[in-house]
Amino acid sequence: MIATADPTLDCDAVIVGSGPSGATAADLLTAHGWTVVVLEKGANHLIDLEPPHGPLGHSSNDELKSIQRHLLGPDPLVEPRTFRRTEADGDHLFVGHVNSLPSTVGGGGFHADAKLPRFREDDFRLRSALGPHEGADVVDWPFAYADLEPYYAEAERLIGVAGEETNPFAAWRSGSFPMPPGADMFGATLSMAAAERAGLHPYRCPTGVNSVPYDGRPACNNCGFCGGYGCPIEAKGDPVALLRRALLTGRCQLRAESYVTAITMAADGRRATGVRYLDDQRQELEVRAAHVVLAAGAFETPRLLLRQALGNSSGLVGRNLMYHFQTMTVGSFPMPLHASRGRCVTGAHDDHIVGNDASAAAARDAGLPWIRGGLVEHGGAGEPVREAQYYGPGTHHGAAMRRSTLRDRMWAFTMQGEDLAQPTNRIDLDPQVRDAFGYPAGRVTYNPHPHELVASAHAAPILEAVLRDAGAEWAHTSTSPPAPGDRSAAVLGQAPASYHVMGTTRMGPDPATSVVNPEGRLWNVENVLVVDSSVFPTSAGYNPTLTIVATASRTVRLLLGAPLDATAPQPGGERPPALADGRPIT
Amino acid sequence: MPVWLSADEHRVVGAVLDLLVPRNGPSPGAGEAGGADYVDGLLGAFSFDPPHIWAGGPFSGRNGGEASFEKWIPMGALEELAWRMRIEGSQGDPEREFNGPVLGWQQVYGEGLVALGDDFLGLDEAARVQRLAGTDEAFRELAFTHACEALYGDPVYGGNHDRSGWHGIGFAGDVQPRGWTDVEVEQP
Repeated sequence: MIATADPTLDCDAVIVGSGPSGATAADLLTAHGWTVVVLEKGANHLIDLEPPHGPLGHSSNDELKSIQRHLLGPDPLVEPRTFRRTEADGDHLFVGHVNSLPSTVGGGGFHADAKLPRFREDDFRLRSALGPHEGADVVDWPFAYADLEPYYAEAERLIGVAGEETNPFAAWRSGSFPMPPGADMFGATLSMAAAERAGLHPYRCPTGVNSVPYDGRPACNNCGFCGGYGCPIEAKGDPVALLRRALLTGRCQLRAESYVTAITMAADGRRATGVRYLDDQRQELEVRAAHVVLAAGAFETPRLLLRQALGNSSGLVGRNLMYHFQTMTVGSFPMPLHASRGRCVTGAHDDHIVGNDASAAAARDAGLPWIRGGLVEHGGAGEPVREAQYYGPGTHHGAAMRRSTLRDRMWAFTMQGEDLAQPTNRIDLDPQVRDAFGYPAGRVTYNPHPHELVASAHAAPILEAVLRDAGAEWAHTSTSPPAPGDRSAAVLGQAPASYHVMGTTRMGPDPATSVVNPEGRLWNVENVLVVDSSVFPTSAGYNPTLTIVATASRTVRLLLGAPLDATAPQPGGERPPALADGRPIT
Repeated sequence: MPVWLSADEHRVVGAVLDLLVPRNGPSPGAGEAGGADYVDGLLGAFSFDPPHIWAGGPFSGRNGGEASFEKWIPMGALEELAWRMRIEGSQGDPEREFNGPVLGWQQVYGEGLVALGDDFLGLDEAARVQRLAGTDEAFRELAFTHACEALYGDPVYGGNHDRSGWHGIGFAGDVQPRGWTDVEVEQP
């Protein structure tokens, strides 16, 4: 049992969700002497809840368990989500699995292959730097990169990030990466060399995967079962490192299979008193706490708030939903690339975020003020069950699997394109579909802005040319969600496949245009904090997890009264918004 | 011994999987590689405690470490509900029909096997193909998915006998805790 100084409370803070943001909150709060209860609606397949909190051993190199059989949840049969593009589609187009980040102890950090780049300086001042976009709500963040930089540095240390400072477009740093990068995948050595020949600037992608022993966990042994899998040897630091530290303080109680049904409120309606939840036997229980920390992710956090119309004086809860618009260019090579070895992605380039004269011209030609793409991951896939399903039944099947065009000979670029916030893109409650607990399923309404389509169309031929130069016999691009007329839609589905979900309880300085204040508190309920990616005002073009952890750390440290001081760039380190060649964007 | 299918049904399922993914050179057919055992184990997963849905970990023992895949992972209440719905169907149970009736895989296979007929194994290949084409699309799609899983999933689930599916395509499967060396990752 844990205790608080106030006998009317069960803990100082109750944290809803145990993914990267909830784990960060638990780690920092307990490190400062607070007691916390972490409620996770998913099951625990990660960490022994008894000291010394070793691994449960549920993770393994097993495609069936992890990919085909929903080990990490949420199972779409009992926790369905629904999707439609616009209201014109009716109540929904699809019911089932929609951007379903794991629902399990550790959340989305459990399954990710842990690409952990920082955002750039411009990402925090997008409106100021680049201006508005018709039909989108482009804003600045309520703080600058310099304010967040110390939290980035802290996050990299807490998780353990391996990387190197060779990306010319990366934001300035106050220190080095905690670890050097790991081994380059063979395919990445080809695609990075070709990218350089094309005038791009590839670099080794920062990852939360140990390249050397770190924090009591071993170095990655390159098993290849990375993206979509828990790590059998705990070489991935997020979220296990954070949760283990919190549990080891003795001040953190982690309760899995605990489905939060409501935030309980004081009679005046201005302060939360805790949460109610259903345990694994559907017994309703309550946790009384001085603070409620919402860390359920950008899908479940607004769903919870919308169920009880809480914190929504702006009418923006659930709105400004953002993903990353994914441009996927695949190439098939004449020789095996053995992408089943190593981390799933070891290389990246950022040139399509920064842009150049050609991208500026593409924007102008489309009647847009500017476009920005995203980080391009250089990676491959190594899973045969998934590949086998692509080929379909028939006598050709065995030969197709041995040729392995879509696995062993395939290399892919995935651009995580910046997705502009649009109030019409949103999470709300489906009027028909329920989850197993009887609560309305969350519904996604999402249609990309022309910005995303133009940015993707501009990058695609560049990426295809690079893959062909790297040795691919052919290259083909598809997007998720599909561009109008894309015949790949039947394969990839209409709903965005991205697990990068952001923006549904936007942070900002004005209660009329945001849901949480710059300190991460609901404008309407000051002791409810939101620490997950739903607070993001923009999506940037970078994988969000490190920024989730850094932002959560900032919010929690402000709550603790222990903020980190802003850092400053080295002389000449910070750049004004500019093209890659240094000229201002026009 | 099969745990869910009858001996006859087991033979028919194996033949169906071999039609969907037949032998091709060194690659075995899905039935030949033990696909019927895979389907039988899945449909009968709740004959075991813990259910045979998720194999244990972290290591198979094939590349060092203690073999632990056969220590099946216990399921939480919601996880078990989902998998019982998927395999057994909703069966009129209100707890399983919060979004309406759910057709379970046991019923899909049962109806598919009935549609194939008692004489299926006595037919020549062309007739089998024709008979299979006349079954419900949901049955054929499910059986194909299971053929892929049986051929290329870990052998602990009943298929991929002697790792024959993996040997056919040169796939190593579980490599923990040995892993791959940096040289094996970086070089052709």
